[in-house]
Amino acid sequence: MLVDIQNLRIAFENRSSRFEAVRGISLSLGAEKLGIVGESGSGKSLTARALMKLLPSNAAISADRLSFDGIDVLAASEKQMRQIRGKRAGFILQDPKYSLNPVMNIGRQVSEAWRTHKGGSKKQALEAAIHLLDQVKIRNPREVAGSYPHEVSGGMGQRVMIAMMLAPDPELLIADEPTSALDATVQAEILRLIEELVSERNMGLILISHDLPLVSHFCDRVAVMYSGRVIEELKASELLNARHPYTKGLLNCMPSLTHPRDRLPVLKRDASWLTA
Amino acid sequence: MIDVENLRIRFGDREVVKGVSFSVKKGDSFGIVGESGSGKSTILRAMAGLNESWEGRIAFGGEPAQLKRPPGFFRRVQMVFQDPYGSLHPRQTVDRILSELPLVHGMDNIDKRIVQALSDVALPQAARFRFPHQLSGGQRQRVAIARALIADPQVLLLDEPTSALDVSVQAEILNLLSDLREARNLTYILVSHNLAVIAHLCGQVGVMLNGEMVEQLSAQDLRVGKTSHAHTTELRTLSVGLEEPA
Repeated sequence: MLVDIQNLRIAFENRSSRFEAVRGISLSLGAEKLGIVGESGSGKSLTARALMKLLPSNAAISADRLSFDGIDVLAASEKQMRQIRGKRAGFILQDPKYSLNPVMNIGRQVSEAWRTHKGGSKKQALEAAIHLLDQVKIRNPREVAGSYPHEVSGGMGQRVMIAMMLAPDPELLIADEPTSALDATVQAEILRLIEELVSERNMGLILISHDLPLVSHFCDRVAVMYSGRVIEELKASELLNARHPYTKGLLNCMPSLTHPRDRLPVLKRDASWLTA
Repeated sequence: MIDVENLRIRFGDREVVKGVSFSVKKGDSFGIVGESGSGKSTILRAMAGLNESWEGRIAFGGEPAQLKRPPGFFRRVQMVFQDPYGSLHPRQTVDRILSELPLVHGMDNIDKRIVQALSDVALPQAARFRFPHQLSGGQRQRVAIARALIADPQVLLLDEPTSALDVSVQAEILNLLSDLREARNLTYILVSHNLAVIAHLCGQVGVMLNGEMVEQLSAQDLRVGKTSHAHTTELRTLSVGLEEPA
């Protein structure tokens, strides 16, 4: 089991109050593709960040088990975590505009990721970077390697991010809303690319998004989160048979091209979802 | 109500909108779709008077818009922006945000107008003295819509009003927009890259590609796939393929 999470809880505390944002989540993942879907504030990003121990210092984490490939993340030292972060598990963030270094050219950023984890000379690293850029289907990798993040489009920037994350051959890829800053057309391309690479390299994938139908196209399993809990977990192919009213509501409230409706059904939130 | 003829916009040497024409009747909605960089938001900004370097003709209610818009223009045409996190002043309360426009235009009964605007967008009156950071994304977008409505406009220019929101909140905002259109006989121009959102709210759709409007068709034709330009067909196929769960 690559990732094993049992009863994960994350709370934020200050002097006067305590807020539990993640309330007892259990998930496990092998070399497969798992989608985590939920609204903003449902705790999906926090869960992924907890796995990499990337939470702010005022967050209190507790779990019966939180392990990455057998390593206990909660007990791991910062040094051990650095062996996991980036090297064994890559993290793709939402907006390439903010997650790439604006004053470093793309070739250097990708080769830096490669060199940090694999060593080798600068020249070797640059060649490897160009090869990686080619793998994420950038047509003119040599040219792109010489350009700066502001000179490339959003979709291209996200490909660069993916190339960077693939550099150390990780076993797990976590993609946190990798396409919500992108166009519909580019969105599909990027997700297809991620899916292809993950299957090719036999990696695990955690894909975080708020778009349930979209995620189901690229994942094997989907976990639906609501208010800090997983309320339903099901196979992506069985999404239409979802039982929980929240999952159904999420599927139902999207406008559709093929099934026009005068009014969109709005989610009626039930207090029992919080505890059920 | 709205006529745009041969609109051209250039930034420096680069022409980003290359002769776009369309017209919208009163009470109708026109949607503009296209990829980033196709010029769709640029058209909207020029119409709102946020960009003064354009050529061609933009007319609201038969009256050609001047390069420098007179103050009265903004009573009739208002814009709602994409990101409610960026478009509200972080250090001003909702009350202050909503009273800005009536103060500038010397309107009376500001207090009553704010109460009315808040209830129009289904926000509790308690939201009035909150700061934007104390509201959720959907509530903020409601404030942005209330700010546009307080001018009692005839035209709303909507630039991706729901793309920064969760799908569940998106449904609420889209319902709100169609209710408001009906109640006040508003005319909308909606820019989005989401075909389903456009088709839900608009009767007519224009498709942008590289600064040109390559096709105009009715939402009905778009739904059934009666498209003529290859780019429209491509956008539609993609959207239909992804909206159904696998």
